Amino acid sequence: MRKPLPAPSLLVEHLELPNGLRVVLNPDRTAPTVGIATFYDVGFRSEPEGRTGFAHLFEHIMFQGTVSLEKGEADRLIEGNGGMTNGSTHPDFTNYISQLPSNALELGLFLEADRMRGPRLSEENVRNQIDVVKEEIRVNVLNRPYGGFPWIDLPPVMFDGFNNAHDGYGSFVDLESATVDDAADFFKRYYCPANAVLSVAGDFALDEAVMLIERHFGSIPRRKAPARTNCHEPRRTEDRRATKVDPLAPLPALAVGYRIPDPIAELDKYLATVVAADVLGGGEASRLYQRLVKRDRLVTHTIAMVGTFGDPFEMRDPTMLQLLSYLVPGIPPDKVLDAVAEEVDTLADDVRADEVDRVVTSIVSEYFRQLDNVLERALVLGVFEQQRARPQLVNELPEAFGRVTPEQVGDAVRSMRAPGRAVLEVQPGAGQ
Amino acid sequence: MTGRVARSAPRPGVVPSVGPMRPSRLPSIGERTLDNGARVLVSRRPGIPRFELQLRIPTVRGAKAEDQARMTLLAETLLSGTPQHTSVEIAETSQRLGGSLATGADAEWLIVSGSALSTSLSPFLALLGEVVTEASFPPEEVSVERDRVSQELLVALSQPDTIARDALWARLYPEHPYGRGTPAPAAVARVAPAALRRALASRALPAGSVLAIVGDVAPARALGAVEASLGEWAEGTPGAADQTRLRPPRPPSPGPIVLVDRPGAVQTNIRLGGPALPRQHPDFPALALANVIFGGYFTSRLVDNIRERRGYTYSPRSVIEHRAAASTLWIGADVGTDVTAAALVEIQYELGRMVATDVEQLELDAARRYVQGALAMAVQTQAGLCTYAAVLATLGLDIGYLRSYPAALEKVTIEQVRAAAAAYLAPSRLVTVLVGDAAAIAPSVGAVAEVEVRSVP
Repeated sequence: MRKPLPAPSLLVEHLELPNGLRVVLNPDRTAPTVGIATFYDVGFRSEPEGRTGFAHLFEHIMFQGTVSLEKGEADRLIEGNGGMTNGSTHPDFTNYISQLPSNALELGLFLEADRMRGPRLSEENVRNQIDVVKEEIRVNVLNRPYGGFPWIDLPPVMFDGFNNAHDGYGSFVDLESATVDDAADFFKRYYCPANAVLSVAGDFALDEAVMLIERHFGSIPRRKAPARTNCHEPRRTEDRRATKVDPLAPLPALAVGYRIPDPIAELDKYLATVVAADVLGGGEASRLYQRLVKRDRLVTHTIAMVGTFGDPFEMRDPTMLQLLSYLVPGIPPDKVLDAVAEEVDTLADDVRADEVDRVVTSIVSEYFRQLDNVLERALVLGVFEQQRARPQLVNELPEAFGRVTPEQVGDAVRSMRAPGRAVLEVQPGAGQ
Repeated sequence: MTGRVARSAPRPGVVPSVGPMRPSRLPSIGERTLDNGARVLVSRRPGIPRFELQLRIPTVRGAKAEDQARMTLLAETLLSGTPQHTSVEIAETSQRLGGSLATGADAEWLIVSGSALSTSLSPFLALLGEVVTEASFPPEEVSVERDRVSQELLVALSQPDTIARDALWARLYPEHPYGRGTPAPAAVARVAPAALRRALASRALPAGSVLAIVGDVAPARALGAVEASLGEWAEGTPGAADQTRLRPPRPPSPGPIVLVDRPGAVQTNIRLGGPALPRQHPDFPALALANVIFGGYFTSRLVDNIRERRGYTYSPRSVIEHRAAASTLWIGADVGTDVTAAALVEIQYELGRMVATDVEQLELDAARRYVQGALAMAVQTQAGLCTYAAVLATLGLDIGYLRSYPAALEKVTIEQVRAAAAAYLAPSRLVTVLVGDAAAIAPSVGAVAEVEVRSVP
């Protein structure tokens, strides 16, 4: 029998301002720090054709000054008061984060509200950030081996819809065509309070934080939230395979994608899928690691992950489970694919209760580790509100994982046998 | 927050004032030295029902590549089996306890880090003790790991960031273990299981080792559990005296820019480096602030110049890295190939400006708050405090450093920052390494400084 799993008991408060801004708060006075995360319901899956990479470029532009502050001033205020700040663009949202000593809570809230009031747009700053983003793409994709593997490379094999398939970093052509007017339109459309979630965790008294939030965000005018981009596409019923030559890679690599249940509408099935991913490829105790790395010596490393960047709770449907492997030189990819299929078959018919127990214990423990950091906690709360309107899931998640049964994990694995997989083979071009 | 804030209408554009920081409590640390010489530090940090641990074992490397390969593989195979348990049983046990174990090694330390649910403290410590004292390096497992690690090293060596780091450290510290960089895959492939068993028995010894445990645990109980798991760790026979600590490397000699050719590269990895002061040095706080003002945070001069004004790069940075026998200051920027020479000139200009003129009072105050805030935030998690407690102990510092360092930062003056910059940021004292497309950049870089082109090792 599984030992009882610990459950968090975070104090979670939820409110909505008259302008539509949704707010989640987690007061916790153990350390004099606050984490602030603001989510906008726009990500790179919201981009239309011809505008690839714009959501991410726009995130950069949102650090280029506001109506009331010069470029660089917000960063200077945060860092100069002992804090840190950043932003990131995901498939289904963009977020802005800061972690500050708690004496600077009001400053942090003011700065996020100020950003929500509007960016200071200039031709010069837009050009500057296009250059910076191009260097970001060079450092993370173009100038390194396995750049963009698999987050840019696998979606176009798996999906047909432009929103799901395109490169979220964007093409240089699209990036270079971006204008100040595009940025103004993008802000107007997506960056309104009714399309945002503010999440704050850490050292504050609840009533005081509510008052400060009302003070700084309350007067931002209400605008209608945009209709959410429809990313739905049917499940394919045939497998699909593609090859990419990576001129910088020394060894072949392989990614296999599987469509999985809707993370929001089918939470129970989805959690079973997250557990299945770890049973198959979550670390050295996993079935694929033991088979592919240890027993057959086909690959040097193998890992399973759910969601584009490996965070299972940041995406809406459609999304996938990805198996990534780096191959031993000379091993044909099909040999690896056959071994994977065999392991999936074996597991589908024989999920052991003890392996589900230890994987669930490990997932829950890792989740607590995430909650130890005040900013991470704000992020978890914020994403549960933003994606699911369900911030209390922060306390319920361990128990929900604890309810996953071996039968449900078996169902999740059996669905991986159905055609519809996406396979991407990376062929090394280094030294050739 | 201190006290209520009056309810008033917002005035957009008016930045709220910031009051004094609420002081953090200094963590209390229970300490014991086991009979075999290992030091154990425990701090209770509830909040989440877990704990973190880090065990640092001094394993000073010899100068030869073979020893580097041996100690690298030792870390990679430490969890590959004991007389009682196979590698998969170790991995499964760790998961069942809600935990994970990871191993690593550098030129001075073998490091085992782990974490698990607090209810698993005793069995997890037993597992730690078992792998550290009884790892048996089964030949079949070692053979798998040898191949796997050499291939992973091959992949690492294809990353421009690794190539640049190795080239810089080789340029800084030739003839010293610090200059060795990434181990050679072929050398790792030659290590025999018997050599790993010998190395563990003769070099991974309790004397000088530090184990830090931080989490939702009772210190007395934790210390008892450590006695049970590591008390039998044999003292062994320490090696020759010169094996217990590395001699400091010779300071780098100035010379031409080393350009490592990577034909067709769309970016150049610029790296500059030189010696720095150790944490314990009285002038270190001034140097730390000089480094932050120059390129150690987003609002630094370097980021403002080559990113936010010129768009040459995505993440320029300046870092001070401490090792037991030398501290190093290094500067990195990955820039578009066509702006390589221009970026280099701007970096040198900003370095020169740190030396030739005083920093502004506002810059100094901001840097001070930033470093104080970053330290306070770093030790708020179990994992962060655990790493700090372990590393400080190996430096001969105690947890009081979390108070004394911010206080020392508070006293640093503009003149002290300038003096530190003159000693450690002067462009003439730094060596420069570039990794990029030599055909494209050698002419323009050669026009601003002497260049020596080399091929990727």
